[in-house]
Amino acid sequence: MNWFGKLDWSAVPLDQPIPLMASSVTGGGIVAVLFYAWRRGWWPYLWREWITSVDHKRIGVMYILLALVMLLRGFADAIMMRSQQSLATHGALGYLPPEHYNQIFSAHGTIMIFFGAMPFIIGLMNYIVPLQLGVRDVAFPTLNSVGFWLTASGALLVNISLVVGEFARTGWLPYPPLSELAYSPGVGVDYYLWALQIAGVGTLITGINLVTTILKMRAPGMSYMRMSMFCWTSMASSLLIVAAFPILTATLAMLTLDRYAGFHFFTNEAGGNPMMFVNLIWAWGHPEVYILVLPAFGIFSEIFSTFSRKPLFGYRSMVMATMFICIVSFFVWAHHFFTMGADADVNGFFGIATSIIAVGTGVKVYNWIFTMYGGRVHFQVPMLWALGFVVTFVIGGMTGVLLAVPPADFVLHNSMFLVAHFHNVIIGGVLFGAFAGYEYWFPKAFGFRLHEGWGKAAFWLTITGFFVTFMPLYAAGLEGMTRRLQHIDNPAWDKWVMLAGLGTIIIALGAVSQIVQLVVSIRMRDQLRDVTGDPWDGRSLEWVTPSPPPSFNFPVLHDVHGEEAYWSIKQAAIAQQRLPDEPDYESIEMPRNSSTGFVTAFFTSFMGFALIWHIWWMVALGFVGAYATFAVFAWRDHDKYEVPAEEVARVDRARRAARNAEWLAAQGKPA
Amino acid sequence: MTVGGGAKLLAILAPVALAGCGGVMDPQGPVGAAERTILLNSLAIMLAIVIPTIIALLGFAWWFRAGNKKARYLPDWAYSGRVELVVWSIPILVILFLAGVIWVGSHQLDPYRPLPAANTPIEVQVVSLDWKWLFIYPAQGVASVNELVVPAGVPVHFSLTSASVMNAFFVPQLGSMIYAMNGMVSQLHLQADRPGTYDGLSAHYSGDGFSDMHFVTRAVPADRFVGWVARTRSAGPVLDARSYAALARHSVERRPFTYRAVAPGLFDAIATQKIPPSPGPGIGRTDMPHDVSPRDVG
Repeated sequence: MNWFGKLDWSAVPLDQPIPLMASSVTGGGIVAVLFYAWRRGWWPYLWREWITSVDHKRIGVMYILLALVMLLRGFADAIMMRSQQSLATHGALGYLPPEHYNQIFSAHGTIMIFFGAMPFIIGLMNYIVPLQLGVRDVAFPTLNSVGFWLTASGALLVNISLVVGEFARTGWLPYPPLSELAYSPGVGVDYYLWALQIAGVGTLITGINLVTTILKMRAPGMSYMRMSMFCWTSMASSLLIVAAFPILTATLAMLTLDRYAGFHFFTNEAGGNPMMFVNLIWAWGHPEVYILVLPAFGIFSEIFSTFSRKPLFGYRSMVMATMFICIVSFFVWAHHFFTMGADADVNGFFGIATSIIAVGTGVKVYNWIFTMYGGRVHFQVPMLWALGFVVTFVIGGMTGVLLAVPPADFVLHNSMFLVAHFHNVIIGGVLFGAFAGYEYWFPKAFGFRLHEGWGKAAFWLTITGFFVTFMPLYAAGLEGMTRRLQHIDNPAWDKWVMLAGLGTIIIALGAVSQIVQLVVSIRMRDQLRDVTGDPWDGRSLEWVTPSPPPSFNFPVLHDVHGEEAYWSIKQAAIAQQRLPDEPDYESIEMPRNSSTGFVTAFFTSFMGFALIWHIWWMVALGFVGAYATFAVFAWRDHDKYEVPAEEVARVDRARRAARNAEWLAAQGKPA
Repeated sequence: MTVGGGAKLLAILAPVALAGCGGVMDPQGPVGAAERTILLNSLAIMLAIVIPTIIALLGFAWWFRAGNKKARYLPDWAYSGRVELVVWSIPILVILFLAGVIWVGSHQLDPYRPLPAANTPIEVQVVSLDWKWLFIYPAQGVASVNELVVPAGVPVHFSLTSASVMNAFFVPQLGSMIYAMNGMVSQLHLQADRPGTYDGLSAHYSGDGFSDMHFVTRAVPADRFVGWVARTRSAGPVLDARSYAALARHSVERRPFTYRAVAPGLFDAIATQKIPPSPGPGIGRTDMPHDVSPRDVG
């Protein structure tokens, strides 16, 4: 009997220098960081305060940290793809052979969507939604931690594929029959399947958690129509997660059965139907686009209003447009394959449904513009991202509508025009939104602002680099260039590919600026300190509490009167020239830390790895371990601890003192 | 915001600059021409709304900048029924208009719809293989690999299937692409108006040899097409179940070649899986057969 299934030494690509070097540098870096943390004696702190934390804020920060690391990994893939295409022209082969190049573009898409964009957006929702709702935590704090660690477990598996075995060579959505065992006999697709199944469970439970939190746990007086726009879009996004991710899970499970157990859901033979996979995966895939972009819309709504010093224009319209997009996003999936040969009625229906979504988006764009009307617009970094977003996104939306016209899609489908389009909306929409939210809420999370100059540099470099990279790709697509080419035989496309390579360098400079900004800001944290908890003159409840907020978020829960919960509190205080009376502080019960999430993910990582390599005893161990962890958690006796009233009072009095001092200073009086 | 502006200009100018460079913007047949028209019309409709939107965004942002003392400050202005009406109406009207374009266009340019033409269409059966294209001419009884020869000015009716994984048949200058799928037959009608050579490719990723999976389309005058058929019939191998099995193995073909005869019913046998789907690379981690390592033969 073979104890290690399909795994042997041939799985390690000792003959391929690029993945070997990349993985040894990454692995060495990780080991160095872990070692440094151990030498400094940080491990108990990390374990207590972060790894086992069930605080939504800590989990949010860890999500975003994971996202930032994975964005860099995905960007490294992008650099390799663009440089390979730039080099492999005029009969040259470039430096990446197809079997490697094909893994890179598959990993790039998978990582950017599932482990870059998703954790970034979920991290922001996790951090901000409970604060904006005026509550102390999410509905299921421990489940929240489980969700994060399962996502991290999936990300780990994808990255292990770099060193042990291979990743999928099928594209980021593994279309059968290419992804079936007959045509992809290696472990690449299995890595993809199990990484996404594990991370997908994490995403699903996070979605359930956020929906429950928003529906059931809001501050007193916070009716639905008083919630901030970000809470609305987060709810729409979480509802989409709950509705759409089970489709992904089921679809991948069917492909898994095909590959592992000889089923024929999507095979060529025995009645399988590959096109059913394509339908199902896009029935998840299109809502997924809106899962990502709706929260970004919410972030921009907050920013347009805050930096224009005005309420959001047309709040009710915005809510309607959000829910409209949320529903219609389930009726457009077939626009991803107009070229399948479906009936003209079918194509016409899905084309029209797709362009109807643009109505909701259009309304939002106009409402953002009218939010600035009559405002006082401050061009700080978050606002720059927001303005850059609208310019970029309407161009991407326009090309999206072109692709939604079936006869136009018949010549643009799968072309570089399509590649340019979806980067136009995902970078311009989701990534700009994530960066805007990162700049906007960073002072809340860490108590100091990010450096303005480096932030502006990052913005201008990123947006310039974006246009230099992707506008040429539109042109290449119009000249008939298809996507996923490992080398280029048509000389007409060379110049576009070269230009795109140049743009990638500019984007890289933007990414460097972003990293420098973080380092510089940490070093200058005392000058950049946010003492009041309200650095941007904000309007929603997250700004009422200190930066960083205490574990219990709010010393007292606020009664909400009207939209813009904090703005009305602040206006009342300004009108009366003083803060509201000091409340009676009471002790607060908070959920205890739990290692459930981390331990579960520890076991699922082994289980996933074992499933990929057919190491069945390890599968059993991993499954039993994960299940036992759940059982132990379910039988817990104590899950709360108490924050004493004195501690609550201390935190709030410090904030009130800082607030008063700032107001007095603003009025020219001595503190 | 000069960057955004410049990029916008590029987006507008790109299609214009591209005309005549080959590709989608330089169609050589009725289908491609109609699709380019729809593409440009839709672009014009969208630009009519997108350009004013970007100008309004940047204009409002600049006029209402915090430092501008002349701008009115309306700190509580957050609702206006009339503005909302306009805000909803503009996109709805645009999309209503566009929906007409979509519906009519989808029907007129349905790939399955025969082209209106006086002459009888040529039948071509297309099989996508790993990683080359097989074109069978059932009426003429010949076949070619990676070279599609058609008479100019005559509609061509394609029936397409795949030997193994999915591909998309696409000649950018002629118009519509369509998927080729195993066990299924899709259909497509195209026509080249003038004699010429047009590049064709697979527009759906199909594995390691995908980047080399292109073909040439030669549109020739009708009499020369007859000559090509006659020449093809006079030499070359025969395509039957056995030679098809050899052809279906993983490989990249750099030089087009032809078959002088084709076993009758071969296409149907492939499409109905009487001939089973082509095998994959077999089990193993480095599953790239030697014959497809790109260009190792020079």
